[in-house]
Parts: sequence; structure tokens; C-alpha cells
Amino acid sequence: MFWLKRNLPKLVIAPSFGVLAWFVYGFILWTVYISFTKSKLLPVYNLWGLDQYFRLWSMPRWHVAVENLFIFTTLFIVFCILIGILLAILLDQKIRAEGFLRTIYLYPMALSFIVTGTAWRWMLNPSLGFEKFAQDLGFVNFTFDWLVTPGMSIYTIVIAGVWQSSGFIMAIFLAGLRSVDDEIIKAAKIDGASLISVYTKIILPMMRPVFMSAIVILVHLAIKSYDLVIALTAGGPGISSDMPAVFMTQMAFHRSEIGLASASAIMMFLTVSAIVVPYLYSELKREDDRK
Amino acid sequence: MRKIIIAILAIVLAPTLSYAGSKAEVLHWWTSGGEAKALQVLKDDFAAKGGVWSDMPVAGGGGDAAMQTLKARIVANDAPAAAQIKGPTIQAYDREGVVAPYNIDAVAKAEGWDKLLSKQVAGHMKCDNGKAYCAAPVNIHRIDWFWANKKVLDSNGIKMPSSWDEFNAAADKLQAKGIIPLAHGSQPWQDATVFEAVALGIGGNKFYKKAFVDADANTLGSSTMVKIFDQMRKLKGYTDAGSPGRDWNVATGMVMEGKAAFQLMGDWAKGEFAAAGLKPDVDYYCAATPSDNGYLYNVDSFIFFKIKGQDKVEGQKLLASLMMGKNFQKVFNMYKGSIPARLDVPMDDFDKCAKKSNADLNTAAKKGGLLPSFAHGMTLELGVKGAIQDVVTEHFNSNMSSQDAVKKLSAAVKAAS
Repeated sequence: MFWLKRNLPKLVIAPSFGVLAWFVYGFILWTVYISFTKSKLLPVYNLWGLDQYFRLWSMPRWHVAVENLFIFTTLFIVFCILIGILLAILLDQKIRAEGFLRTIYLYPMALSFIVTGTAWRWMLNPSLGFEKFAQDLGFVNFTFDWLVTPGMSIYTIVIAGVWQSSGFIMAIFLAGLRSVDDEIIKAAKIDGASLISVYTKIILPMMRPVFMSAIVILVHLAIKSYDLVIALTAGGPGISSDMPAVFMTQMAFHRSEIGLASASAIMMFLTVSAIVVPYLYSELKREDDRK
Repeated sequence: MRKIIIAILAIVLAPTLSYAGSKAEVLHWWTSGGEAKALQVLKDDFAAKGGVWSDMPVAGGGGDAAMQTLKARIVANDAPAAAQIKGPTIQAYDREGVVAPYNIDAVAKAEGWDKLLSKQVAGHMKCDNGKAYCAAPVNIHRIDWFWANKKVLDSNGIKMPSSWDEFNAAADKLQAKGIIPLAHGSQPWQDATVFEAVALGIGGNKFYKKAFVDADANTLGSSTMVKIFDQMRKLKGYTDAGSPGRDWNVATGMVMEGKAAFQLMGDWAKGEFAAAGLKPDVDYYCAATPSDNGYLYNVDSFIFFKIKGQDKVEGQKLLASLMMGKNFQKVFNMYKGSIPARLDVPMDDFDKCAKKSNADLNTAAKKGGLLPSFAHGMTLELGVKGAIQDVVTEHFNSNMSSQDAVKKLSAAVKAAS
């Protein structure tokens, strides 16, 4: 009885832990294995070495996808955080109808990326959306055709992604700002600090953990981004806005290249790890040091 | 406790006891309008013969979602009775060992499918190096069609083009008048659809076969291929700025409204005209794209997997027989816009375009122009097909030169095969 009492928490956790271990880490290992095989239509289990990785990196389309991933991730994170912080600070000024405004900015988060992508596809389409609207108003030379211009279409994905996610980042930062002790701000003001330097020198540096959550959430959103790309540009025009997640699905289920798709999935996995793991490690270590 | 165990056993075993007859689980992605109606005919036939049909529709992504489901089921050793698979992918599944022992071959031999199907179509349906039937065809789609707005063409004195130069001249004339010559949705598969029709027209039948059936490196890198890409660049100029990413049926709508003159699309486009109440030769024209009696076909078919249980095998046999049945082949294809794969179905009730398709098919078969569409997965391994499609769509949507495109094409095909 005593044994049961002591081990009950572990027993309760065990099934979900087991399921997690198998379905997340088990399948990561499975994917690693498959990426070393010649699997095409269905998985096969004879090892073939690193050839799938060589094939992957010899494909121009993969290079396009990787380049786009870096453009998208960087701009997506930078703009989401900048806009998020700005909105949060503005809302933090004890303004009227804050609850109402906060809901408006947060609302895009309630939409799925498919809806966001479809709506923005219509707005950005030169013969339906902004460009036509402005031209109908009389600005005949107005052009905004990024969506259909190879090389620019990736930026339309950034626009839609930032529109959707910056409200959420605002909410995170707003919560962070609210948790800052009022006394500190008052003390700074008495010392003669301007509002801007109160924020830049005192409050934002205090919000490191909030930055960490925001960045971790945004990085994985960016690397996983699939539905937004599919709904907005479907990787086009041509293959110019292709992303690794789109590439992987195409290879696995459209082109019967399961081995190659696994190799690209592992490359994505390593990319996420390379960015997130050191960041998490340094942040968590810092917290340990503080204790 | 014992009662509980008995109850559980009863629940688990119940399904295996209750169906003694034939049973079939069918994976498909025909969920929209006419296709769904057409499939209902098959379901009713199946039920009338005492079969139990369990539907497994996986909508979305032109079959991508269905492929994910199918692969997961096969890997789990739980393949459905039949799945909507076509072209060389049928034989690819056979090579993975999930199709033998070819349950429907006996039906096919008994019903004499060899006589009911053209040799070319039959070839696509056979596994085991052409020895046994393992799939049943339901239709023949033609890809290389031009659809045109009659009013726009007539009022500008333009006839359906019989050569690509003629088309270019007509397009220049229309463009000068502010009409979009070519309604096109620049999605990779649509770009490839246009590309293969142009390749068939400019390169000719033998060239097409060498390039897209045999994937011959010299042909893919030839100067004829440069000319084909030149024509693609011209066609790009005939499309409007909103073209990238547009769905094909939206492009068809542009032709119906008279905003655009032509669309190059397979005969499923006819369904859009029919749904809007428009008639061939009254409201719109249908004609083959310029070529030397060429005919690019896409045959939709169902593959029948290896499966356990006598009732399920019976279900497969019944299903295969019904799919090849005259009634289904006729009704289904009238809904779908295609023509029957089976040769002895009377064409009287079909519309003019379908009759033309049927007549052209016979001519093309005699003159060596009956060729499989690569853009729709009837020839080439999927990886090679994808590699070609990537280059075609990249060229069409950028200012890449034709020479560079040809170089990229050869390299991509080499890397993928």
C-alpha cells in the first residue's frame, strides 16, 4: 500500500509518457532510419547510406526551399516581435477600451492559417485585391503584385504570417509588462527617466523569459509553416515560394520519394534543434545561475 | 467477469460473422458534384448485387490526402479492397509486393477484357509484366483540348487554330483588342498540362514518346525542346497578371464570361460548361490543340490490392466486373466529361466533344499518336515527372531563357532517375 502511494504519480504518468516516447521520439528515430534507405513508394528497410542526403542537396528546388525558410523565419520573427512589443506598450498606457482593442488584435490568432492564407491570397491578387482597388480609385499606375512575382512571393507569406501572429505575441508581451512591478517604474520616473528609456533600459531587459517563449513559439511556427504556404501561394509562382515542409510533403506523398522526404525532414529537425536547443540551454542555464 | 468477456468477444467478432457475401472498401477522392453522382451509380449497382460497400472518400489536394491514408493502411498491412490509382504507379505498387495474387485477373479473363479494351489501355491495367490484370479502368480523359468562347472567336473572325503559329497570330489579334487570349491558372500541374500539349504539337508524336515515355536524355536536351520552351514563353505573354495560383475552373469561368478566349485543359473542363448550361458549338468550341493526329490520354483506374478474407476477395471481383460494366462506363463518363475505356459502349447519348474525342482516339491509335500524358501521371516515374514539372513551372513563371531551361531539364531528370 505504501509502495502504491509513493509510486502512484509515476504510474499515472507512465502511459502518457510511453505514448509520447513512442509517437514522438520513436518516430523521429524511424524517420532517421528511413532517410538512410532507398524507400520510394513505400518504406523499405535495406540501408543505402547517405545517398538520399546527397540527392537532396543536389536538388535546386531544395536550395530554394531552404533559402526561403531563412528569409521567412528571420523576417517573421523580427516583425512579429517588433509589432507585438509596440502594440503591447501602446496598450499598456492605461487607455480606454483596452479589452476591446486587445481582442481585435488577438483575433487573427483564432483563425486557422488556411483561412488567413486564402483571405490574403484574394487581397494580394492583382486582378482582385489591393492593386485593382487602388486602380479603380484612380491610381492607375499603382502596382502591388508581389504575390505573382517570383522572388517576391515569399514576402507575401511573411505579411500574412505577421498579421496572424503578431497579436498573439502582443498578448504575451502585455502579460509580461503587467507582471513588472509598478514600484520600479515609479522609482525610475522619480529619478528622471523618460518613458522611452524606462521601457528600453528597464522593462524590456527584465522580460528576457518572455522573449524566450515568444522566440521558441515563433521559430517552430515558422519552420513548420505548411498550411499558410499552401493556402497563399502553394509554393508558387513556379517553385519560388517553396518551403521545406511543403517540399517534404510533396516528395513523400506526391512523388513517391519517401527516403528523400525523410532526409529533408531530418534536415528540418536538425535546423530546429540547432536554433532552439542552444537558446533554451543558455536561457535555462541563466535561470539556474540566478538561483 | 465472464459475462463481460463474452460481451467483448461478441462485439469484436460481430463484424466478421455478419457479412457472408461480398464486401469492398473503396478509397477514392471523387467527392465533388458530378463525380460523386457518378460513383453513386456504382454503389447502387454493388448494393443491388448484394455487396456491402464501405466508402472511404478522402477529399482534398487532388489525391494527396488519399495517398497519405493509403500508404499508412498498406504499411499497417490493412489495404483497402480498391483504390483510385493510375498509370505506372499501379506497376510500382505491384513491385512492392502488395498486389499479387491479382484477385481480379480471373474475372478479367472470364469477361474477355483483352477484347473490351484497347491494347494500350489494357497495358496500363496489367501487373506481373503484363501477364495479369490488377486494375480496372473507368474512363479515358483527353488532355490536349482547346476550349474557346464562341462569341469572342466569331466576332473577331478567328477559327480554332490548326497550328501553333495560327494560334499565336490569333492571340496577338485578340490581345490588341484587350481580350485575354489564354485563360490559364499557373499552378505546376496546369503549366505541365500546357507544356505537354505544346511538346506534342511542336515536337511531334515520336519526339513526345522519346522525351516523356522513354525519358531519353538526348531528346530532352535537343534543340526542339528549346523551341517548345520558346512557345511556352510566348504563351506566358498571352496570360493575364492574375494567372499564378489560379484554379483551373476559375480560368474556365473566364472563357465562359468572354473575358478570355481560349483555355488549354483536359476534358473535365466540359463539366464546368455543362454545369453553367452551355452547349458545344452553341456557346463554346472544343478542339484538339494543334498536333499531327496526337492524342494525350489519362485513364483513371482502380487498383485491387492483396487482401485477406474470402468475402473481401469476392467483393473485389464483383466491383471489378461492375466497373467494366456497360452501364457504369456510360453513366459515369457522361457525368465526368470523359469517354468510356470500354470499346463497345454506344456513344449516341454523348455530346459532340465526347464523340470527337472517341473518333480522334481511333485515328490517333492508327497513326501512332495515342500517347500517355506525363503531366497527369500516365507515364514516367513520379519522381522524374515531378522533376520535369518543376523545371517547366519555374521557366514559365520567371524570365529563365529557353536554353537554360533545357539544360536544367536534362540535369533534373538525370538527378531524379
